[in-house]
Amino acid sequence: MSSINELYQQLILEHNKSPRNFRTLEDATKSVEGYNPLCGDHYTVFLKINQGRIEDVTFQGTGCAISKASASMMTSSIKGVTVEEAETLFQKFRAVVTRKLDDETDLEALGYLGALAGVAEYPARIKCASLAWHAMHTALHEMNDSEKTVVTSDTTE
Amino acid sequence: MKKSNTEMTLDYDRRLMFDIERIREDFPILRTIVRGKPLVYLDNAATTQKPLHVIDADQRYYHSQNANIHRGVHYLSEVATFEYEKARGKVKNFLNAADNHEIIFVRGATEAINLVAHGYGRKFIGEGDEVVISAMEHHSNIVPWQMICQERKAVLRVIPMNDNGELIMEEYEKLLSPKTKIVSVVLVSNSLGTINPVREMVARAHALNIPVLVDGAQAVSHINIDVRELDCDFFAFSGHKVFAPTGVGVLYGKAEWLERMDPYQTGGDMIESVTFEKTTFNTLPYKFEAGTGNIAGVVGLGSAIDYLRRVGIDSIEAYEHELLEYGTALLTSIDGIRLIGTAKEKAGILSFTLDNIHPHDIGTILDQEGIAIRTGHHCTQPVMKRFGIPATARASLALYNTKEELDALARGIQKVKEIFHL
Repeated sequence: MSSINELYQQLILEHNKSPRNFRTLEDATKSVEGYNPLCGDHYTVFLKINQGRIEDVTFQGTGCAISKASASMMTSSIKGVTVEEAETLFQKFRAVVTRKLDDETDLEALGYLGALAGVAEYPARIKCASLAWHAMHTALHEMNDSEKTVVTSDTTE
Repeated sequence: MKKSNTEMTLDYDRRLMFDIERIREDFPILRTIVRGKPLVYLDNAATTQKPLHVIDADQRYYHSQNANIHRGVHYLSEVATFEYEKARGKVKNFLNAADNHEIIFVRGATEAINLVAHGYGRKFIGEGDEVVISAMEHHSNIVPWQMICQERKAVLRVIPMNDNGELIMEEYEKLLSPKTKIVSVVLVSNSLGTINPVREMVARAHALNIPVLVDGAQAVSHINIDVRELDCDFFAFSGHKVFAPTGVGVLYGKAEWLERMDPYQTGGDMIESVTFEKTTFNTLPYKFEAGTGNIAGVVGLGSAIDYLRRVGIDSIEAYEHELLEYGTALLTSIDGIRLIGTAKEKAGILSFTLDNIHPHDIGTILDQEGIAIRTGHHCTQPVMKRFGIPATARASLALYNTKEELDALARGIQKVKEIFHL
Protein backbone atom coordinates (compact mmCIF):
# COMPACT_ATOMS: atom_id res chain seq x y z
CA MET A 1 0.00 0.00 0.00
CA SER A 2 1.39 3.44 -0.91
CA SER A 3 1.94 5.70 2.07
CA ILE A 4 -0.82 8.11 1.06
CA ASN A 5 -3.29 5.23 0.88
CA GLU A 6 -2.01 3.98 4.20
CA LEU A 7 -2.60 7.42 5.71
CA TYR A 8 -6.12 7.62 4.32
CA GLN A 9 -6.98 3.96 4.81
CA GLN A 10 -10.52 2.67 5.01
CA LEU A 11 -10.80 2.71 8.78
CA ILE A 12 -9.64 6.36 8.97
CA LEU A 13 -12.07 7.44 6.25
CA GLU A 14 -14.87 5.57 7.91
CA HIS A 15 -14.25 7.17 11.33
CA ASN A 16 -14.02 10.56 9.63
CA LYS A 17 -17.35 10.03 7.95
CA SER A 18 -19.14 8.53 10.93
CA PRO A 19 -17.21 9.52 14.04
CA ARG A 20 -18.00 7.51 17.19
CA ASN A 21 -19.07 9.23 20.41
CA PHE A 22 -19.49 12.47 18.50
CA ARG A 23 -21.68 14.48 20.85
CA THR A 24 -21.49 16.61 23.97
CA LEU A 25 -21.67 14.83 27.32
CA GLU A 26 -24.09 16.53 29.68
CA ASP A 27 -22.81 14.90 32.86
CA ALA A 28 -19.10 15.13 32.04
CA THR A 29 -16.80 15.56 35.02
CA LYS A 30 -14.10 17.07 32.81
CA SER A 31 -13.94 18.78 29.45
CA VAL A 32 -10.91 20.04 27.55
CA GLU A 33 -10.67 21.95 24.30
CA GLY A 34 -7.99 21.04 21.80
CA TYR A 35 -7.18 23.73 19.25
CA ASN A 36 -4.63 23.94 16.46
CA PRO A 37 -4.43 27.62 15.51
CA LEU A 38 -2.38 26.74 12.43
CA CYS A 39 -5.09 24.83 10.61
CA GLY A 40 -8.13 25.58 12.75
CA ASP A 41 -8.77 22.02 13.99
CA HIS A 42 -10.90 22.51 17.07
CA TYR A 43 -12.40 19.84 19.35
CA THR A 44 -13.74 19.51 22.85
CA VAL A 45 -13.24 16.22 24.63
CA PHE A 46 -15.73 15.34 27.39
CA LEU A 47 -14.95 12.77 30.07
CA LYS A 48 -17.04 11.23 32.79
CA ILE A 49 -14.72 9.70 35.35
CA ASN A 50 -15.98 7.74 38.31
CA GLN A 51 -13.65 6.19 40.90
CA GLY A 52 -10.68 6.07 38.54
CA ARG A 53 -12.62 4.62 35.62
CA ILE A 54 -13.61 6.44 32.43
CA GLU A 55 -17.32 5.69 32.34
CA ASP A 56 -17.97 7.76 29.25
CA VAL A 57 -16.04 9.87 26.77
CA THR A 58 -17.28 11.93 23.83
CA PHE A 59 -16.03 14.72 21.58
CA GLN A 60 -17.35 17.56 19.46
CA GLY A 61 -15.83 19.94 16.95
CA THR A 62 -14.40 20.33 13.47
CA GLY A 63 -11.17 19.53 11.71
CA CYS A 64 -9.46 17.45 9.04
CA ALA A 65 -10.05 13.74 8.43
CA ILE A 66 -6.96 12.73 10.38
CA SER A 67 -7.82 14.75 13.48
CA LYS A 68 -11.45 13.67 13.47
CA ALA A 69 -10.77 9.97 12.90
CA SER A 70 -8.06 9.98 15.52
CA ALA A 71 -10.38 11.66 18.05
CA SER A 72 -13.09 9.12 17.27
CA MET A 73 -10.64 6.25 17.75
CA MET A 74 -9.36 7.77 20.96
CA THR A 75 -12.86 7.82 22.47
CA SER A 76 -13.52 4.24 21.32
CA SER A 77 -10.22 3.08 22.81
CA ILE A 78 -10.54 4.56 26.28
CA LYS A 79 -14.24 4.16 26.98
CA GLY A 80 -14.63 1.93 30.04
CA VAL A 81 -10.94 1.65 30.90
CA THR A 82 -9.22 2.96 34.03
CA VAL A 83 -7.28 6.21 34.07
CA GLU A 84 -4.02 4.22 34.26
CA GLU A 85 -4.97 2.09 31.26
CA ALA A 86 -5.85 5.25 29.33
CA GLU A 87 -2.42 6.63 30.14
CA THR A 88 -0.78 3.46 28.81
CA LEU A 89 -2.81 3.75 25.62
CA PHE A 90 -1.80 7.40 25.30
CA GLN A 91 1.89 6.49 25.55
CA LYS A 92 1.41 3.71 23.01
CA PHE A 93 -0.38 6.13 20.67
CA ARG A 94 2.55 8.55 20.89
CA ALA A 95 4.99 5.78 20.12
CA VAL A 96 2.91 4.79 17.08
CA VAL A 97 2.59 8.24 15.50
CA THR A 98 6.20 9.17 16.13
CA ARG A 99 7.50 5.73 14.98
CA LYS A 100 9.14 4.94 18.26
CA LEU A 101 7.95 1.33 18.11
CA ASP A 102 10.37 -1.55 17.84
CA ASP A 103 10.29 -3.40 14.53
CA GLU A 104 8.68 -6.43 16.13
CA THR A 105 5.46 -4.57 16.91
CA ASP A 106 2.51 -6.02 15.07
CA LEU A 107 0.45 -3.05 13.82
CA GLU A 108 -2.56 -5.31 13.19
CA ALA A 109 -2.62 -6.25 16.86
CA LEU A 110 -2.68 -2.58 17.83
CA GLY A 111 -6.17 -2.21 16.35
CA TYR A 112 -7.19 1.42 16.09
CA LEU A 113 -3.69 2.56 16.92
CA GLY A 114 -2.32 0.52 14.03
CA ALA A 115 -4.58 2.41 11.66
CA LEU A 116 -2.99 5.67 12.81
CA ALA A 117 0.56 4.45 12.16
CA GLY A 118 0.51 5.93 8.64
CA VAL A 119 0.62 9.41 10.17
CA ALA A 120 4.25 8.91 11.18
CA GLU A 121 5.26 9.41 7.54
CA TYR A 122 3.73 12.90 7.57
CA PRO A 123 5.41 15.09 10.19
CA ALA A 124 3.08 17.98 9.39
CA ARG A 125 0.08 15.82 10.25
CA ILE A 126 1.21 14.33 13.56
CA LYS A 127 -0.27 17.35 15.32
CA CYS A 128 -3.62 16.65 13.69
CA ALA A 129 -3.68 13.07 14.94
CA SER A 130 -2.46 14.06 18.40
CA LEU A 131 -4.87 16.86 19.17
CA ALA A 132 -7.71 14.95 20.87
CA TRP A 133 -5.29 12.54 22.55
CA HIS A 134 -3.43 15.40 24.17
CA ALA A 135 -6.69 17.00 25.24
CA MET A 136 -7.66 13.72 26.89
CA HIS A 137 -4.23 13.34 28.51
CA THR A 138 -4.44 16.88 29.92
CA ALA A 139 -7.91 16.22 31.27
CA LEU A 140 -6.78 13.08 33.08
CA HIS A 141 -3.60 14.40 34.62
CA GLU A 142 -3.40 18.13 34.79
CA MET A 143 -6.85 19.25 35.77
CA ASN A 144 -9.06 19.29 38.78
CA ASP A 145 -12.62 18.21 38.22
CA SER A 146 -14.93 20.71 36.51
CA GLU A 147 -12.01 22.87 35.49
CA LYS A 148 -11.96 23.99 31.84
CA THR A 149 -8.80 24.38 29.85
CA VAL A 150 -7.59 24.69 26.26
CA VAL A 151 -4.80 22.59 24.81
CA THR A 152 -3.24 24.13 21.71
CA SER A 153 -1.05 22.32 19.26
CA ASP A 154 1.93 24.27 20.64
CA THR A 155 1.71 22.16 23.73
CA THR A 156 1.60 18.92 21.73
CA GLU A 157 4.43 17.22 19.80
CA MET B 1 24.07 60.70 -19.52
CA LYS B 2 25.50 57.47 -20.85
CA LYS B 3 23.46 54.41 -20.03
CA SER B 4 25.07 51.65 -17.96
CA ASN B 5 25.49 48.19 -19.43
CA THR B 6 22.72 46.79 -17.24
CA GLU B 7 20.27 49.40 -18.43
CA MET B 8 21.10 48.69 -22.04
CA THR B 9 20.57 44.97 -21.53
CA LEU B 10 17.22 45.73 -19.91
CA ASP B 11 16.16 47.88 -22.86
CA TYR B 12 17.07 45.05 -25.16
CA ASP B 13 15.31 42.39 -23.10
CA ARG B 14 12.15 44.42 -22.80
CA ARG B 15 11.63 44.00 -26.51
CA LEU B 16 11.52 40.24 -26.18
CA MET B 17 8.22 38.43 -25.99
CA PHE B 18 6.92 36.83 -22.78
CA ASP B 19 8.81 33.56 -23.05
CA ILE B 20 7.60 31.18 -20.35
CA GLU B 21 10.34 28.59 -20.92
CA ARG B 22 12.99 31.22 -20.52
CA ILE B 23 11.32 32.66 -17.44
CA ARG B 24 11.18 29.24 -15.79
CA GLU B 25 14.89 28.83 -16.39
CA ASP B 26 15.48 32.00 -14.39
CA PHE B 27 14.09 30.23 -11.28
CA PRO B 28 16.39 27.31 -10.42
CA ILE B 29 14.13 25.99 -7.63
CA LEU B 30 11.44 25.16 -10.20
CA ARG B 31 13.59 22.22 -11.32
CA THR B 32 13.10 20.53 -7.93
CA ILE B 33 11.75 16.99 -7.95
CA VAL B 34 9.30 16.39 -5.09
CA ARG B 35 8.59 12.75 -4.18
CA GLY B 36 9.61 11.71 -7.67
CA LYS B 37 7.46 14.29 -9.40
CA PRO B 38 8.31 17.73 -10.81
CA LEU B 39 7.50 20.51 -8.37
CA VAL B 40 4.31 22.41 -9.16
CA TYR B 41 4.64 25.53 -7.05
CA LEU B 42 1.25 27.14 -6.53
CA ASP B 43 1.87 28.82 -3.18
CA ASN B 44 3.00 32.17 -4.51
CA ALA B 45 0.68 34.22 -2.34
CA ALA B 46 2.60 32.87 0.67
CA THR B 47 5.97 33.62 -0.89
CA THR B 48 7.39 33.75 -4.38
CA GLN B 49 10.48 31.94 -5.63
CA LYS B 50 13.61 33.90 -6.46
CA PRO B 51 15.17 34.36 -9.89
CA LEU B 52 18.92 33.89 -10.41
CA HIS B 53 19.10 37.65 -10.88
CA VAL B 54 18.14 38.13 -7.21
CA ILE B 55 20.15 35.18 -5.88
CA ASP B 56 23.22 36.56 -7.66
CA ALA B 57 22.69 40.06 -6.28
CA ASP B 58 22.51 38.65 -2.75
CA GLN B 59 25.69 36.69 -3.25
CA ARG B 60 27.47 39.58 -4.94
CA TYR B 61 26.59 41.85 -2.05
CA TYR B 62 28.15 39.59 0.57
CA HIS B 63 30.98 38.61 -1.72
CA SER B 64 32.21 42.05 -2.59
CA GLN B 65 30.07 44.92 -1.32
CA ASN B 66 29.27 44.31 2.35
CA ALA B 67 29.79 47.09 4.91
CA ASN B 68 27.56 49.19 7.11
CA ILE B 69 25.82 52.05 5.37
CA HIS B 70 25.55 55.80 5.92
CA ARG B 71 28.39 56.01 8.40
CA GLY B 72 31.68 54.77 7.03
CA VAL B 73 34.22 56.91 5.25
CA HIS B 74 35.86 53.85 3.74
CA TYR B 75 35.48 52.40 0.27
CA LEU B 76 33.19 49.45 1.05
CA SER B 77 30.84 51.55 3.13
CA GLU B 78 30.48 53.89 0.19
CA VAL B 79 29.78 50.97 -2.15
CA ALA B 80 27.17 49.47 0.20
CA THR B 81 25.51 52.85 0.75
CA PHE B 82 25.45 53.46 -2.99
CA GLU B 83 23.82 50.07 -3.69
CA TYR B 84 21.29 50.55 -0.88
CA GLU B 85 20.28 54.01 -2.05
CA LYS B 86 20.24 52.88 -5.67
CA ALA B 87 17.64 50.28 -4.66
CA ARG B 88 15.60 53.04 -3.04
CA GLY B 89 15.58 54.83 -6.36
CA LYS B 90 14.42 51.66 -8.11
CA VAL B 91 11.52 51.27 -5.67
CA LYS B 92 10.61 54.91 -6.13
CA ASN B 93 10.43 54.43 -9.91
CA PHE B 94 8.63 51.10 -9.55
CA LEU B 95 5.87 52.72 -7.49
CA ASN B 96 6.12 56.03 -9.37
CA ALA B 97 6.57 57.89 -6.10
CA ALA B 98 7.46 61.56 -6.24
CA ASP B 99 10.69 61.34 -4.28
CA ASN B 100 13.24 58.82 -2.96
CA HIS B 101 12.71 60.03 0.61
CA GLU B 102 9.11 58.80 0.49
CA ILE B 103 10.42 55.21 0.36
CA ILE B 104 11.06 53.68 3.79
CA PHE B 105 12.70 50.27 4.02
CA VAL B 106 11.14 47.99 6.62
CA ARG B 107 11.01 44.24 7.31
CA GLY B 108 7.82 43.65 5.38
CA ALA B 109 4.25 44.82 4.84
CA THR B 110 3.42 43.90 8.45
CA GLU B 111 6.05 46.25 9.82
CA ALA B 112 5.01 48.96 7.35
CA ILE B 113 1.43 48.84 8.63
CA ASN B 114 2.58 48.79 12.24
CA LEU B 115 4.76 51.81 11.53
CA VAL B 116 1.75 53.79 10.27
CA ALA B 117 -0.57 52.52 13.01
CA HIS B 118 1.88 53.81 15.62
CA GLY B 119 3.42 56.82 13.88
CA TYR B 120 0.14 58.15 12.52
CA GLY B 121 -2.24 56.62 15.06
CA ARG B 122 -0.59 57.98 18.19
CA LYS B 123 -0.50 61.45 16.69
CA PHE B 124 -3.80 61.75 14.88
CA ILE B 125 -6.26 59.25 16.37
CA GLY B 126 -8.06 60.19 19.55
CA GLU B 127 -10.93 59.09 21.74
CA GLY B 128 -14.12 58.38 19.80
CA ASP B 129 -12.36 58.57 16.41
CA GLU B 130 -12.77 55.80 13.87
CA VAL B 131 -10.49 53.66 11.73
CA VAL B 132 -11.99 52.00 8.66
CA ILE B 133 -10.68 48.68 7.32
CA SER B 134 -12.36 46.04 5.16
CA ALA B 135 -13.82 42.59 5.76
CA MET B 136 -11.11 40.94 3.65
CA GLU B 137 -8.01 42.24 5.43
CA HIS B 138 -5.09 40.02 6.32
CA HIS B 139 -4.57 39.83 10.09
CA SER B 140 -1.61 42.18 9.60
CA ASN B 141 -4.02 44.93 8.55
CA ILE B 142 -6.47 44.19 11.37
CA VAL B 143 -4.48 43.63 14.54
CA PRO B 144 -2.24 46.76 14.45
CA TRP B 145 -5.38 48.92 14.08
CA GLN B 146 -7.20 46.99 16.78
CA MET B 147 -4.31 47.64 19.15
CA ILE B 148 -4.08 51.33 18.35
CA CYS B 149 -7.87 51.72 18.64
CA GLN B 150 -7.72 50.12 22.07
CA GLU B 151 -4.91 52.40 23.12
CA ARG B 152 -6.54 55.57 21.77
CA LYS B 153 -10.11 54.56 22.74
CA ALA B 154 -11.07 54.73 19.08
CA VAL B 155 -13.44 52.49 17.13
CA LEU B 156 -12.57 50.04 14.35
CA ARG B 157 -15.17 49.97 11.55
CA VAL B 158 -15.32 47.30 8.86
CA ILE B 159 -16.46 47.61 5.22
CA PRO B 160 -18.60 44.52 4.50
CA MET B 161 -18.39 42.40 1.34
CA ASN B 162 -20.87 40.51 -0.81
CA ASP B 163 -20.96 36.76 -1.56
CA ASN B 164 -18.53 37.14 -4.46
CA GLY B 165 -15.97 38.69 -2.15
CA GLU B 166 -16.39 42.26 -3.39
CA LEU B 167 -16.50 45.23 -1.03
CA ILE B 168 -19.90 46.92 -0.84
CA MET B 169 -19.15 50.49 -1.89
CA GLU B 170 -22.41 52.00 -0.62
CA GLU B 171 -21.59 50.67 2.84
CA TYR B 172 -18.07 52.06 2.58
CA GLU B 173 -19.41 55.51 1.86
CA LYS B 174 -21.78 55.30 4.80
CA LEU B 175 -18.88 54.44 7.11
CA LEU B 176 -16.89 57.55 6.20
CA SER B 177 -17.49 60.54 8.45
CA PRO B 178 -15.60 63.40 10.12
CA LYS B 179 -14.80 60.86 12.86
CA THR B 180 -12.85 58.68 10.40
CA LYS B 181 -9.15 59.33 10.87
CA ILE B 182 -7.73 56.79 8.43
CA VAL B 183 -8.83 54.13 5.95
CA SER B 184 -6.59 51.07 5.59
CA VAL B 185 -7.53 48.66 2.84
CA VAL B 186 -6.03 45.82 0.87
CA LEU B 187 -5.51 46.20 -2.89
CA VAL B 188 -5.53 42.47 -3.73
CA SER B 189 -7.01 40.03 -1.21
CA ASN B 190 -4.66 37.17 -0.36
CA SER B 191 -7.42 34.66 0.31
CA LEU B 192 -9.99 35.72 -2.34
CA GLY B 193 -7.94 37.36 -5.08
CA THR B 194 -10.32 40.33 -5.27
CA ILE B 195 -8.81 43.51 -6.70
CA ASN B 196 -10.45 46.33 -4.77
CA PRO B 197 -11.36 49.66 -6.46
CA VAL B 198 -8.78 51.45 -4.37
CA ARG B 199 -8.46 54.55 -6.53
CA GLU B 200 -12.16 55.24 -6.16
CA MET B 201 -11.96 54.47 -2.43
CA VAL B 202 -9.10 56.92 -1.99
CA ALA B 203 -11.05 59.62 -3.82
CA ARG B 204 -14.07 59.13 -1.54
CA ALA B 205 -11.90 59.30 1.58
CA HIS B 206 -9.98 62.33 0.35
CA ALA B 207 -13.24 64.19 -0.19
CA LEU B 208 -13.42 64.17 3.62
CA ASN B 209 -9.65 64.74 4.02
CA ILE B 210 -9.13 61.19 5.31
CA PRO B 211 -5.77 59.61 4.46
CA VAL B 212 -5.67 56.05 3.04
CA LEU B 213 -3.16 53.26 3.52
CA VAL B 214 -3.12 50.62 0.79
CA ASP B 215 -1.84 47.15 1.66
CA GLY B 216 -0.20 46.15 -1.61
CA ALA B 217 1.54 42.97 -0.39
CA GLN B 218 -0.41 40.71 -2.71
CA ALA B 219 -0.62 43.18 -5.59
CA VAL B 220 2.92 44.17 -6.51
CA SER B 221 3.90 40.99 -8.34
CA HIS B 222 0.71 40.93 -10.40
CA ILE B 223 -0.40 44.42 -11.35
CA ASN B 224 1.14 47.73 -12.22
CA ILE B 225 1.32 50.12 -9.26
CA ASP B 226 1.37 53.88 -9.53
CA VAL B 227 1.00 55.44 -6.10
CA ARG B 228 0.49 58.90 -7.51
CA GLU B 229 -2.26 57.70 -9.78
CA LEU B 230 -3.89 55.81 -6.87
CA ASP B 231 -3.24 58.97 -4.84
CA CYS B 232 -2.96 56.83 -1.69
CA ASP B 233 -1.18 58.36 1.30
CA PHE B 234 0.61 55.17 2.28
CA PHE B 235 1.42 51.98 0.39
CA ALA B 236 2.91 48.86 2.00
CA PHE B 237 4.45 45.76 0.46
CA SER B 238 6.83 42.87 1.23
CA GLY B 239 9.87 42.03 -0.85
CA HIS B 240 9.49 38.27 -0.60
CA LYS B 241 6.13 38.31 -2.37
CA VAL B 242 7.69 40.04 -5.33
CA PHE B 243 10.65 37.70 -5.99
CA ALA B 244 12.99 39.44 -3.52
CA PRO B 245 14.48 37.97 -0.31
CA THR B 246 12.48 37.69 2.92
CA GLY B 247 12.88 40.22 5.69
CA VAL B 248 12.67 43.32 3.53
CA GLY B 249 9.68 45.45 2.64
CA VAL B 250 8.62 48.96 1.80
CA LEU B 251 6.45 51.66 3.20
CA TYR B 252 5.71 54.42 0.75
CA GLY B 253 4.30 57.51 2.41
CA LYS B 254 3.52 60.97 1.12
CA ALA B 255 6.19 63.26 2.54
CA GLU B 256 3.55 65.59 4.01
CA TRP B 257 2.38 62.76 6.31
CA LEU B 258 5.76 61.19 7.03
CA GLU B 259 7.15 64.61 8.08
CA ARG B 260 4.40 65.01 10.65
CA MET B 261 4.66 61.49 12.09
CA ASP B 262 6.93 60.50 14.95
CA PRO B 263 9.43 57.65 14.56
CA TYR B 264 8.13 54.16 15.25
CA GLN B 265 11.45 52.84 16.48
CA THR B 266 14.41 54.82 17.74
CA GLY B 267 18.13 54.20 17.87
CA GLY B 268 21.06 54.63 15.53
CA ASP B 269 20.99 56.06 12.01
CA MET B 270 17.61 57.72 12.55
CA ILE B 271 18.97 60.61 14.58
CA GLU B 272 20.53 63.93 13.72
CA SER B 273 22.08 64.62 17.10
CA VAL B 274 21.89 63.00 20.52
CA THR B 275 22.76 64.41 23.90
CA PHE B 276 21.52 62.95 27.15
CA GLU B 277 19.02 65.80 27.33
CA LYS B 278 17.60 65.83 23.82
CA THR B 279 17.59 63.99 20.50
CA THR B 280 16.92 65.57 17.14
CA PHE B 281 15.62 63.13 14.55
CA ASN B 282 17.15 62.64 11.15
CA THR B 283 15.35 63.72 7.98
CA LEU B 284 13.24 61.43 5.78
CA PRO B 285 13.54 58.56 5.08
CA TYR B 286 16.19 57.86 7.76
CA LYS B 287 13.92 59.03 10.56
CA PHE B 288 12.03 55.76 10.10
CA GLU B 289 15.00 53.45 9.55
CA ALA B 290 16.42 52.88 13.01
CA GLY B 291 19.35 50.51 13.33
CA THR B 292 21.16 48.63 10.59
CA GLY B 293 18.56 47.29 8.22
CA ASN B 294 18.54 44.34 5.85
CA ILE B 295 21.03 45.86 3.40
CA ALA B 296 21.46 42.72 1.29
CA GLY B 297 17.68 42.32 1.25
CA VAL B 298 17.21 45.87 -0.01
CA VAL B 299 19.80 45.29 -2.74
CA GLY B 300 17.99 42.04 -3.61
CA LEU B 301 14.68 43.90 -3.78
CA GLY B 302 16.26 46.34 -6.20
CA SER B 303 17.34 43.51 -8.47
CA ALA B 304 13.91 41.82 -8.19
CA ILE B 305 12.39 45.08 -9.44
CA ASP B 306 14.89 45.13 -12.33
CA TYR B 307 13.78 41.61 -13.15
CA LEU B 308 10.07 42.49 -13.03
CA ARG B 309 10.57 45.49 -15.25
CA ARG B 310 12.62 43.42 -17.66
CA VAL B 311 9.81 40.91 -18.08
CA GLY B 312 7.28 43.75 -18.03
CA ILE B 313 4.56 43.97 -15.43
CA ASP B 314 1.90 44.49 -18.12
CA SER B 315 2.84 41.23 -19.87
CA ILE B 316 2.87 39.47 -16.50
CA GLU B 317 -0.59 40.80 -15.74
CA ALA B 318 -1.91 39.67 -19.12
CA TYR B 319 -0.29 36.24 -18.87
CA GLU B 320 -1.54 35.61 -15.33
CA HIS B 321 -5.00 36.73 -16.28
CA GLU B 322 -5.06 34.08 -18.98
CA LEU B 323 -3.83 31.48 -16.46
CA LEU B 324 -6.47 32.53 -13.95
CA GLU B 325 -9.26 32.21 -16.50
CA TYR B 326 -7.98 28.80 -17.53
CA GLY B 327 -7.68 27.65 -13.92
CA THR B 328 -11.10 29.00 -12.99
CA ALA B 329 -12.77 27.13 -15.86
CA LEU B 330 -10.82 23.98 -15.04
CA LEU B 331 -11.63 23.93 -11.33
CA THR B 332 -15.29 24.86 -11.70
CA SER B 333 -15.69 21.94 -14.11
CA ILE B 334 -14.81 19.55 -11.25
CA ASP B 335 -17.80 18.24 -9.29
CA GLY B 336 -17.77 19.29 -5.65
CA ILE B 337 -15.46 22.30 -6.06
CA ARG B 338 -16.69 25.58 -4.63
CA LEU B 339 -14.60 28.60 -5.51
CA ILE B 340 -14.30 31.10 -2.65
CA GLY B 341 -13.79 34.54 -4.13
CA THR B 342 -15.52 35.11 -7.45
CA ALA B 343 -15.10 38.86 -7.80
CA LYS B 344 -15.29 40.37 -11.25
CA GLU B 345 -11.87 41.95 -10.78
CA LYS B 346 -9.45 39.27 -9.61
CA ALA B 347 -5.73 38.54 -9.48
CA GLY B 348 -4.20 35.04 -9.62
CA ILE B 349 -5.77 33.36 -6.58
CA LEU B 350 -7.87 30.18 -6.73
CA SER B 351 -9.27 29.56 -3.26
CA PHE B 352 -11.61 26.59 -3.03
CA THR B 353 -13.29 23.92 -0.98
CA LEU B 354 -14.00 20.37 -2.16
CA ASP B 355 -17.15 18.72 -0.83
CA ASN B 356 -16.70 18.08 2.88
CA ILE B 357 -13.03 17.25 2.57
CA HIS B 358 -10.96 19.36 4.90
CA PRO B 359 -8.40 21.54 3.00
CA HIS B 360 -5.62 20.12 5.18
CA ASP B 361 -6.30 16.65 3.75
CA ILE B 362 -6.38 18.09 0.21
CA GLY B 363 -2.99 19.72 0.82
CA THR B 364 -1.36 16.51 2.03
CA ILE B 365 -2.61 14.48 -0.93
CA LEU B 366 -1.60 17.15 -3.48
CA ASP B 367 1.84 17.31 -1.88
CA GLN B 368 2.27 13.64 -2.77
CA GLU B 369 1.87 14.72 -6.38
CA GLY B 370 4.55 17.39 -5.99
CA ILE B 371 1.94 20.16 -5.89
CA ALA B 372 2.48 22.91 -3.33
CA ILE B 373 -0.63 24.83 -2.29
CA ARG B 374 -1.59 26.57 0.93
CA THR B 375 -4.37 25.25 3.13
CA GLY B 376 -5.92 26.96 6.14
CA HIS B 377 -7.38 30.35 6.92
CA HIS B 378 -4.54 32.29 5.22
CA CYS B 379 -4.40 34.72 8.16
CA THR B 380 -7.87 35.95 7.21
CA GLN B 381 -10.07 34.27 9.82
CA PRO B 382 -12.86 36.87 9.41
CA VAL B 383 -13.04 35.99 5.69
CA MET B 384 -13.47 32.29 6.53
CA LYS B 385 -16.19 33.21 9.01
CA ARG B 386 -17.93 35.37 6.40
CA PHE B 387 -18.13 32.39 4.04
CA GLY B 388 -19.01 29.93 6.81
CA ILE B 389 -16.00 27.69 6.28
CA PRO B 390 -13.07 26.78 8.55
CA ALA B 391 -10.44 26.95 5.83
CA THR B 392 -9.80 26.82 2.09
CA ALA B 393 -7.29 25.21 -0.22
CA ARG B 394 -5.56 27.97 -2.15
CA ALA B 395 -3.62 27.79 -5.39
CA SER B 396 -1.91 31.10 -6.09
CA LEU B 397 -0.22 31.97 -9.35
CA ALA B 398 2.96 33.70 -10.42
CA LEU B 399 4.52 34.60 -13.74
CA TYR B 400 6.35 31.26 -13.98
CA ASN B 401 3.27 29.02 -13.67
CA THR B 402 1.82 27.23 -16.69
CA LYS B 403 -1.46 25.76 -17.90
CA GLU B 404 0.17 22.32 -17.64
CA GLU B 405 0.69 22.93 -13.93
CA LEU B 406 -2.97 23.80 -13.54
CA ASP B 407 -3.81 20.56 -15.35
CA ALA B 408 -1.64 18.75 -12.79
CA LEU B 409 -3.60 20.49 -10.03
CA ALA B 410 -6.87 19.29 -11.54
CA ARG B 411 -5.52 15.72 -11.75
CA GLY B 412 -4.38 16.00 -8.13
CA ILE B 413 -7.86 17.05 -7.08
CA GLN B 414 -9.28 13.99 -8.87
CA LYS B 415 -6.85 11.90 -6.84
CA VAL B 416 -8.14 13.48 -3.62
CA LYS B 417 -11.66 12.55 -4.67
CA GLU B 418 -10.60 8.98 -5.42
CA ILE B 419 -8.96 8.59 -2.01
CA PHE B 420 -12.07 9.93 -0.30
CA HIS B 421 -14.28 7.74 -2.54
CA LEU B 422 -16.12 10.64 -4.16
